[in-house]
Amino acid sequence: MTLPQIFFAYFFVMILGLAVMVVTRRNLVHAVLWMLLMFVHIGGLYLFLNAEFFAIIQIIVYAGAILVMFLFVLLLLNVKQSLTASLFIRGWQGRAMAVVFLLLVFVISIKNLVIGPRGEYSIQRIEQQGHIKVIGEAMFNDYILPFMIIGLILFVPMIAAAVLAMRRHDGSS
Amino acid sequence: MEFLYTLIINIIKVAVVFGVTLLHVAYATYFERKVIGRMQCRLGPTEVGPMGLLQPFADMFKSLFKEDIIPTKADKAVFFIAPVIVLAPTMTSLSVIPFSEKFIIADINVGMLFILACASLSVYGIILAGWSSGSKYAFFGGIRSAAQVISYEIAMGISLASVFLMAGSVRLDEIVKAQYEYPLSMYAPHLIIGFVVFLIAAFAETNRTPFDLPEAETELVAGYLTEYSGFRYALFFLSEYVAMFIMSSIMTLCFFGGWTIPRFITDILPFLLYVPGIFWFLLKVYFFIFFYYWVRATVPRYRFDQLMKIGWKVLIPLSLFNLLLVAFVKRFVL
Repeated sequence: MTLPQIFFAYFFVMILGLAVMVVTRRNLVHAVLWMLLMFVHIGGLYLFLNAEFFAIIQIIVYAGAILVMFLFVLLLLNVKQSLTASLFIRGWQGRAMAVVFLLLVFVISIKNLVIGPRGEYSIQRIEQQGHIKVIGEAMFNDYILPFMIIGLILFVPMIAAAVLAMRRHDGSS
Repeated sequence: MEFLYTLIINIIKVAVVFGVTLLHVAYATYFERKVIGRMQCRLGPTEVGPMGLLQPFADMFKSLFKEDIIPTKADKAVFFIAPVIVLAPTMTSLSVIPFSEKFIIADINVGMLFILACASLSVYGIILAGWSSGSKYAFFGGIRSAAQVISYEIAMGISLASVFLMAGSVRLDEIVKAQYEYPLSMYAPHLIIGFVVFLIAAFAETNRTPFDLPEAETELVAGYLTEYSGFRYALFFLSEYVAMFIMSSIMTLCFFGGWTIPRFITDILPFLLYVPGIFWFLLKVYFFIFFYYWVRATVPRYRFDQLMKIGWKVLIPLSLFNLLLVAFVKRFVL
């Protein structure tokens, strides 16, 4: 095995293993901690693909913002006790069905795998211009409409949250 | 052979930065007690060694040999790992700071963003320290601290975005080089709004007075630190001071020209060009550290709702306005 393959194998095994750790923890705060470790590993995978900007953004946004929100919700709803319900499906019929369904999804997706054509952003061009500049140009010139639509979609829940908070404040509802 | 050589050089660099930082932290505590003592008409530490100069070592040995108390209600694994989660990212972000033109451990393209990522990771240690202690005071301290750090991180990030926009890069050395071309060789006068926002946010990020609510003694004992003792407490203490040094370094690099001195000074006194850059860098960093102590000795603590109001209703709109202004000026005026 070459060095890149060893690295890839490490990330592959670790991300899957950590994901399993996340879903099997009974203590939710521990689950969040394992998830944090998994996000850092995904960041490492991006770094391994020469996407340093994405690696950092992965950590700032997912680990630094979204996961902290998870932790806040857990702590503010006071979910201190571990879950009492069983984590796994009971009965062999249910388990067998889940396995078959997942296998089906895997087989279909691998069968329909199409390797896309190489775009205009080659590694050389990105190295030459700098990641952030290339991403900015693509996002604000080529894909400005999808970008604006995403902004609008993210704006709607913000208004909803503000309205809900205001209603609570008045005492009426 | 080539690989081994780079490895050894890097290990030496890391060891030097690590050792120098630890010494700085030790004497920052001494300096803090002296400065605040003088500002309150006291003498500060005088007993241990000449002028109390050995006081930091006495404190260090004391905290090393103290009993390590673990509360019975604590979640042990998380309780043990929380100080490490705070300290490790904070120490890691030292590796991307250019101390002078040549001396930097890891010269990466996303230097400034890496520091922001590390700052956002160390929040976990604070929340988890509060949660795992199994005490109400610690829990509230942790929650408060996390809310504060996350809110002020936004203002900090946006005010730094205006610096990136001016410099056209997120590499710290290129930011310094771009600043050198401006009339005063620093961004602080040009980006005054961004600088003030960053300065206030830096105080909140490091949990220092006037934003030291997580440690408000009258309400919360010592916040998330309440249940920690001995060496684990020392780790939190260490990371707070290292974070202060990192914030001061960012202010120096992004707003005060890093290791350069303004060109109009070297025009008059050209021999100053021979002074190594690390000297100017440290001088500026020490000034900001002094500023931290100065504020601590003079400004009273804010209430929590005031803190949130300042963060969300003043600093974030101001930093957004500053970003738009800089974008406009950069596009149409310069």
